[in-house]
Amino acid sequence: MDFIATHLLSTILFFPAIAALVIFFLPKDEANLHRWFALGASLVPFALSLYAWFNFRTIQPGYQFEEIYPWYTAIGSSLHLGVDGLSLSMVLLTTLLTPLAILASFSITDRTKAYMMLFLFLETGMLGVFMSIDLLVFFVFWEIGLVPMYFLINQWGSANRNYASLKFMIYTMGGSLGLLLAVQLLGVLFKTYDLQVITEQWATYTAAIGGVPASTFKTIAFWAFVIAFAVKVPLWPFHTWLPDAHTEAPTAGSMILAGVLLKLGAYGFLRLILPLYPEQAKAFAGALAFLAVAAIVFGAFASYAQTDFKRLVAYSSVNHMGFVVLGIAAAAFAVGTDDARIALNGAILQMFNHGLSAAGMFFLVGVIYERTHTRNLEEFGGLFPLVPVYGGILIFTSMASLGLPGLNGFISEFLVVRGSFGVGVNSVPVMAIYTAVAMLGLLFTGAYILKGIKKVLHGPLNEHWAHGEHKLTEINTREIIVMVPLMALILWIGLYPAWILDVINKAVVMLF
Amino acid sequence: MYNATMFASILPEILILVLGIFILVVEPFWKEEKRRNVGWLTAGGLLAAMVISFLFAQPGAPTTTLGGMVRFDWLGFFFKMLFMFAGVVTALLFMDNEKIGHRGEAYLLLLASLLGMDLMAVSADLVMLYLAIETTSIPLYILSGFMLADDKSTEAGFKYLLFGALASTIMLYGFSLVFGFAGTTDLYQLADMLKAGSLPLLTAFGTLALILVGLGFKVSLVPFHFWAPDVYEGAPTPVSGFLSTASKAAGFAVLVRLFFVAFPGYAVSWTTAIAILSAITMTVGNLLTLQQTNIKRLLAYSSIAHAGYTLIGVVALSQLGAASVVFYMAAYIATNLLAFGIVMAFSRVTGLDEIRDYAGLSRRSPLLGLMMLAAFLSLAGMPPFGGFVAKVFVFAAGVQADYTWLVVVGIINSIIGVYYYLNVLKYVYLYRMPNEDEENLPIPLTRPYTIALVVLVVGVILIGTVFAPWFSWSDAAALNLF
Amino acid sequence: MNFPVLSVITFTPIVAALIILMMPAHRRNETRVVALASATFALILSIWVYFSYDQAAAGYQFIEKYNWLPALGISLHFGVDGMSTPLVLLTGVVMFTGVLISWGDEDPHVKAGIQDRPREFFAFLFLLAGGVFGVFVSLDLFMLFFFYEIAVFPMYLLIAIWGWVVTREYAAMKLTLYLFIGSVVSLVGALVMYWMQYKNTGILSFDMLVMEQAGFSQAFQNLWFLPVFFGFAVLGGIWPFHNWSPDGHVAAPTAVSMFHAGVLMKLGAFAALRVGIMLLPDGARHWSWLIMAFAAIAVVYGAYIAFVQTDLKYMIGFSSVSHMGLVMLGLSTLNQNGLTGAGVQMFSHGVMTALFFAITGMIYDRSHTRMIPELGGMMKIMPFAGVGFIIGGLVSMGMPGFSGFVAEFPIFMGVWETQWLVAVIASISIVITAAYIMMNIRKVFFSELPEKLEGHVGDITVLDKIAIVALCLLMVGLGLFPGLMVPMVEAGALNILRLLGGA
Repeated sequence: MDFIATHLLSTILFFPAIAALVIFFLPKDEANLHRWFALGASLVPFALSLYAWFNFRTIQPGYQFEEIYPWYTAIGSSLHLGVDGLSLSMVLLTTLLTPLAILASFSITDRTKAYMMLFLFLETGMLGVFMSIDLLVFFVFWEIGLVPMYFLINQWGSANRNYASLKFMIYTMGGSLGLLLAVQLLGVLFKTYDLQVITEQWATYTAAIGGVPASTFKTIAFWAFVIAFAVKVPLWPFHTWLPDAHTEAPTAGSMILAGVLLKLGAYGFLRLILPLYPEQAKAFAGALAFLAVAAIVFGAFASYAQTDFKRLVAYSSVNHMGFVVLGIAAAAFAVGTDDARIALNGAILQMFNHGLSAAGMFFLVGVIYERTHTRNLEEFGGLFPLVPVYGGILIFTSMASLGLPGLNGFISEFLVVRGSFGVGVNSVPVMAIYTAVAMLGLLFTGAYILKGIKKVLHGPLNEHWAHGEHKLTEINTREIIVMVPLMALILWIGLYPAWILDVINKAVVMLF
Repeated sequence: MYNATMFASILPEILILVLGIFILVVEPFWKEEKRRNVGWLTAGGLLAAMVISFLFAQPGAPTTTLGGMVRFDWLGFFFKMLFMFAGVVTALLFMDNEKIGHRGEAYLLLLASLLGMDLMAVSADLVMLYLAIETTSIPLYILSGFMLADDKSTEAGFKYLLFGALASTIMLYGFSLVFGFAGTTDLYQLADMLKAGSLPLLTAFGTLALILVGLGFKVSLVPFHFWAPDVYEGAPTPVSGFLSTASKAAGFAVLVRLFFVAFPGYAVSWTTAIAILSAITMTVGNLLTLQQTNIKRLLAYSSIAHAGYTLIGVVALSQLGAASVVFYMAAYIATNLLAFGIVMAFSRVTGLDEIRDYAGLSRRSPLLGLMMLAAFLSLAGMPPFGGFVAKVFVFAAGVQADYTWLVVVGIINSIIGVYYYLNVLKYVYLYRMPNEDEENLPIPLTRPYTIALVVLVVGVILIGTVFAPWFSWSDAAALNLF
Repeated sequence: MNFPVLSVITFTPIVAALIILMMPAHRRNETRVVALASATFALILSIWVYFSYDQAAAGYQFIEKYNWLPALGISLHFGVDGMSTPLVLLTGVVMFTGVLISWGDEDPHVKAGIQDRPREFFAFLFLLAGGVFGVFVSLDLFMLFFFYEIAVFPMYLLIAIWGWVVTREYAAMKLTLYLFIGSVVSLVGALVMYWMQYKNTGILSFDMLVMEQAGFSQAFQNLWFLPVFFGFAVLGGIWPFHNWSPDGHVAAPTAVSMFHAGVLMKLGAFAALRVGIMLLPDGARHWSWLIMAFAAIAVVYGAYIAFVQTDLKYMIGFSSVSHMGLVMLGLSTLNQNGLTGAGVQMFSHGVMTALFFAITGMIYDRSHTRMIPELGGMMKIMPFAGVGFIIGGLVSMGMPGFSGFVAEFPIFMGVWETQWLVAVIASISIVITAAYIMMNIRKVFFSELPEKLEGHVGDITVLDKIAIVALCLLMVGLGLFPGLMVPMVEAGALNILRLLGGA
């Protein structure tokens, strides 16, 4: 126990990877063994991160559970792990969603061994991003997570998977190129990759680099960072990979993709861009806000226009993640003000919430897709009577996504809007306009979600699903088990957000 | 009047003469079918002569003996050893050649020519030198035309004779002019007599050019090379091998001694001339080689190119230059004899000597294939064979003497060389016979061939790897020139 | 340390080659066993050297010196530093795995490895290996050339005899001539340096440690750096002298491709570093911009050309050009990060391409095609090879967690320190590489198995699997624990910097 206490983060981080290696040595054809082993293995990090959550001292500034190991000493990088309130909530989200996603994948029958291994590797990759406070290690995990995701989409995805997976890979790698170069630049300048050191020095760095004034360079590097993370978030207009990837990915892949991978981008904004480039962030916050609003509005419109259920949900992610960036942009405008903190609180909570609801939505789409082998909204209709339990769950989750008060989505979106409007009123008027437009987007959020529910559950019953071999079956116990924790959290945060906002808020106050 | 040094200085020659007389005496007593064994006798005798000379007739400080006719030094001695080694191998290679192997007089002619070469290497006087050259050449004329029934051989002999006679006449004219200007025929006094500026440059240059014609013929420099391919192709193959190695080396022995010792005063003019000659020789030799389809002609033309490389060492006019010439010749003798030996062994069984006939050789006889690999890679200048080190030394000497351009020309040429040598190996290793039945068509080696070829392969590899002793001897030889 | 381990390593393959040549031709299996035994022996020794190299002490270690030709200052001077030790290990690994995948089988139905004249094949391959070891450990310029040439000419035979029927003659000759030209051009430069040293210091020596002190003038170095560096760099596949390389790869039999891309190209880069940069540091500084420009072009151009290839081997061949361009890029920075990265990249790329070519060879042996459009579904048939290829692909893309990243990252940092624009340009290659690697992996391993191939394509052998595992472990190991190698290379880089007068 002592070992785990002192190596808490590294245990959480590497346990899935080691478990994946163990699966490699399991017999090839024992699908159930792979499934249960993977599920068990993914519960361990969850338990440990709960332990971390409850032992986390919210009032203590800086990183906790810090660990540092030499890694690439030649260029001044070390495996430096640590969490603060911001990252811990993300770690919790990841370790929570992974077992659920694995449970959701029990219906996978093809090459379960490779599938489960990739999933566990993916978990390590994601956790690494949230935990590392070394820029290079951050980048390492940032990139490494792509590989399992690529193969999950490419191997277990649906019809158009090749195109989608390659697009996902190339977009993200292409987006990260600037990040890679900027990271290199920072490493060259400071001879270390330790985030804390770099943060301190880079913000005040003024010397020219290679004949180019530091301010110019910083602006370029800022945009390099922004593009890398914006692709991942995804921010309009860098979002085009997302509908494809989400639609083609297997259900669990979409869950993780929407639930966690998108958060990596937002996390990058919070962890790196705001601390490293306060001036540039402030200077370009308007542009960011514009893009965020565009994402909100266009995401909602696009979502409304879809006839593919999964694509609809996918575009809703663009819409929801737009709020996260809106909050961040607002905060960048007015660092240190209360409005900024409120916006940030909202943004971070929105990350968490979207993780829950989007994962849930994708799962529910997957549930019905597995039964009907179609995602075309036109082919559903009036299914509520056939599958009342499923229908109830779907409506509940959709409402969270819609932002119904009492459920979690309302809390976070309200905070974001309150914060950015506050910024607009108190300091930067343009923010008020953006917020107003975003509200318009929110209206359409309601529209497309209701459209989705209507097309699937209500309206005239499509007789095709009512009888015979196509008869739609009810959601099963395993699937309900997947949804229960998500729904519980959705409700809990909606009713009593303080338990998590407390952690987030303290982190925000200390950070910004 | 007579002393031990005097005998020691010509001990190898004496032994060769004794051997020749002995053969002359015993040969008629052997039955026709046993005459082949004269080859064993010649080879053994020469080997014994080498050993005896090596034990008892090593030169000390350079001296001139026999009334100023003979220079007793390491340069001459080392070359003598090389010639005799070539003689041993050639005698072995003679044995299983059906046209000449059982003819005792062939071995005698070989010995006579060797005698001449030995004297060429040590001549310290123009008259002696001329006599030695003729002693060398005349038996070779005969050997080249030895196969009277064969038109090509007859042509070779005759051609060699005509060109040779012409060249040596011109050279003799040059010698006489030198004598006229300097009043002496002693090489070691010429240098004093012909100090720089004592002659009009044009006259000196013209005279040297005349001499160069004769020597150029011997070492087959362009433009005095015309005889070589025809003679090499027509002459009995072992004779071609001998011609292209020992005879060429003898030419270089003279060239080095003559130019380094007798005419250093005119170095500026003749080094430039030789440099140009060297460049032309390499280039022309190589370009002509590119088009050859007959293996003997290929070796003939490439031997012209090798003369060109060797000249770089002469051009350098330095101790390293001279040493590199000697070393190059040592490596070259072993390598080229090996190449010719393989050609002989091959054509003895198959009767063919076009390059394309070598298709599938490595499957017919893996050993012969490997030997061919060694020989041709060495010729191409690849380690770990002698050719590589030799080339590097020659080039090093060239660079040292600031003849970098010449070295660059040499390098471009060796690249061409690599191309055509590898081309031959392609047939040996890559191509197959039309019916792919190589296993049924082996190429057996007789004992003399086996011995000769194995000795040569080992020699080529030793020169290429453990090059220190060879170089020390070459260096010692070169030291005597300064 | 009295055991002359470096000369034993160097001469093991050569002696083995001789022994193999002397064995009767029909004892084919015995030949293979001897080959494997000696390869294993050399591998063990090179691992031993690697781990007993004292990183703290750095500098040249395991030094052996025998006078070879004192009159000209030629000595058999062996020693390894932080740069060459990993390369010695690399050679050992490639030699070992090369023997494994060339094993062949007496059953004529099994189409794998070397069936035709294994005796000669292994003999020539080992001669090549001996030459390679020799170059990496030689501290004497003459011996370096000596071994360098030994490494070059067996390539001709290996490609011409056992290569791909369609192009082997052309490719073998092209390759040999390119390499020979390159090496003799360098040789002229080396000879000039030798005499210039004599003029400057009166010392007649080919010993590179002595030559470092020769004090060549700036003008001299400016003039002679180019021939010396580029002569060797031809073998390193530097643009625009790279085009022998893909042809050679394509034509070569599998094990030779592995050697060629895995080790021989490193030979060029290494010799260019050791002779060009280390002996003519001022020249290097003068011309570094040119190398950097060429290297940057190679990186992007190679990746682009690889992108449009339809022959698997051409694709890997051009990706090698791109990756070796990164090595050159690292060298051209002349700073610690760049040099360190170049050193690691040499190792990483060596292992990676060896793996690529091994797997490509396995696929070709069984399907008789290397055309990407004609392949498919290999993952089901040879999952092991598929996973290996994917790992290789990730290394190739510079994916973090694998050795490629560990190598490329410092290179880019080094470039940042000198000319940031080049880093930006060169980084384009990363995305291109990712694209073609991913597309090709998908096509070759995951798409539907073409009907033509159904039935007669089988899984790889156990020996093949061992080879793949060994190579993959190295790449992942180095990727996860850069500390295993980087400090050593860094020590080597520091030594170079000392000569460059910086650091």
